[in-house]
Amino acid sequence: MVAANEQNKNGILLELEDVHMSFGKVKALNGISLKVRKGQIHSIIGPNGAGKTVMMNVINGLYHPQKGGVFFKGQKINHLKPYVRAKLGLARTFQKVEVFGGMTVLDNIRLGRHIHYKSGILSGSLYLGKSAKEEIEHRTFIEEEIIDLLEIESIRNKPVGMLPYGLQKRVELGRALALGPEILILDEPLAGLNLEEVEDMARFILDVNEEKRWKLTCILVEHDMGVVMDLSDKIFVLNFGNMILDGTPEEVQNNPEVIKAYLGEEDLYSTRG
Amino acid sequence: MDLFLMTIVTGIMVGSIYALVALGWVLIYKCSGVLNLAMGEMTLIGAYVSLSFYSMGVPFLLSLLFSLIIGFVLGILTERIFLDKLIGEPVLTVIMVTVGLSFFFKGIVELIWGTDTQVFTPPVFSIDPIHFGPLVIGRVYLWSFVAAIVLLAIFVSFFKYTRWGLAMQATADDEMAALSLGVSARFVYAMAWAIAFMAAGVGGTLLGNINGLNISVGYLGLLVLPAVVLGGLNSIPGAIVGGISIGILQNLCGAYLDRYFPGAVKEIAPFVFMVIFLFFRPHGLWGWERIERV
Repeated sequence: MVAANEQNKNGILLELEDVHMSFGKVKALNGISLKVRKGQIHSIIGPNGAGKTVMMNVINGLYHPQKGGVFFKGQKINHLKPYVRAKLGLARTFQKVEVFGGMTVLDNIRLGRHIHYKSGILSGSLYLGKSAKEEIEHRTFIEEEIIDLLEIESIRNKPVGMLPYGLQKRVELGRALALGPEILILDEPLAGLNLEEVEDMARFILDVNEEKRWKLTCILVEHDMGVVMDLSDKIFVLNFGNMILDGTPEEVQNNPEVIKAYLGEEDLYSTRG
Repeated sequence: MDLFLMTIVTGIMVGSIYALVALGWVLIYKCSGVLNLAMGEMTLIGAYVSLSFYSMGVPFLLSLLFSLIIGFVLGILTERIFLDKLIGEPVLTVIMVTVGLSFFFKGIVELIWGTDTQVFTPPVFSIDPIHFGPLVIGRVYLWSFVAAIVLLAIFVSFFKYTRWGLAMQATADDEMAALSLGVSARFVYAMAWAIAFMAAGVGGTLLGNINGLNISVGYLGLLVLPAVVLGGLNSIPGAIVGGISIGILQNLCGAYLDRYFPGAVKEIAPFVFMVIFLFFRPHGLWGWERIERV
């Protein structure tokens, strides 16, 4: 409990402590420690294969590290399954979109709301009093908060599998938001999007981070350095499972080791014209 | 003409039993991608359980209910004991395990109930047929049909209208994403096996009422394959239409072709049909064709 209070006092929402994760002989994460503060956008960058997605999977519970601790609000969550962590308030999107292609946009988002339904199976299926009211509340939330925010009104009844990639990513974000999470893990939300879509997505991320309604803490894995530098409060640089630096965008930009490991000798802003 | 009508009607009624079993099969396939080759033996177990209760003097409906409850428990146990550890392993491994399960179940049935044909005594349904105008229908067929339709309606509305149903669909579609949304895949798989076991048990009980019960009722598990192939492996309405069509097809072949090809035309017709059908519609009537934009 002492540790829990301490972490809350410092405003640390999520913490990795000396996390080791290996697959056979491959060390994917080598003693990684990370502190994500409430309300911040904390980005993770690093070359391909650095272990960024592994790190996300450790946070979200798809992987269980061999050593080290994962803490959420000071509570150790190492042993918890992904679906339990989702209920605690951890939501994520995936690098390759993982949407339910056969379902409509609305059903996808509604499914994200699934864990918040309280009524039981019988009253729920019969649509009785309390559950009808509950249903209306959730529906309003989905319609007014998520669909409006992401501007997907026009496609709400389309099957997601038929939508262009950029919109699928948007639906995936909407579905994660429907969980009503406290922390949102975004695994390469901008990959594969065109310039206009990148701007939209970056705006949505800022919105959910800054707007009073959401105030979401975000962990952002991204290769688009321009966006990362603009959005992030802090940046964590990873290479071959080791931390190189965890600092502000300025510190990262001026660190020679980062430039060497990640960017070659190129200019930081050259990734997108 | 009367013969034709009769054949069709009986076909629909027997087909509705196939549909029920096919539904259980599709549920497992849809959630986990596993072709359950132990379905036939699951029908046997359910059927023998209700027969045992009935023989002890329990009223038929109550025996059926007990068999449903025991099916539910067995379904969850099967998933927990044999399949839980295989979550995330290649689907083929799991399919091979279901082959093993089918032998295991069959062995258990032979151990407990023996191999002789047993019948529900006294007969559950009176032998006097019911007359609908020119049609004469055996009571056992009619009531089987009613029971199958009621259960189908219950299972389908569970899948369509409850959020557990939605969660099952989601897991079927993308397990990783479902996990990240707070859906427990283990719970969903256990549910699917439980429902499949229940559906199989009722199907077996009904068929056992029609022809008596022995190991060959487990053959129903194989018959489910043409039914689901016809409907599309992962389509629930497809399973229902497929089951009923196979019932009709079987009866028609029995009535009209048996004269020319004496023997087991009725038994092989569904499979011949399945092979021909696959040439033209490899995805079945409503299966996923996976039209996606990239």
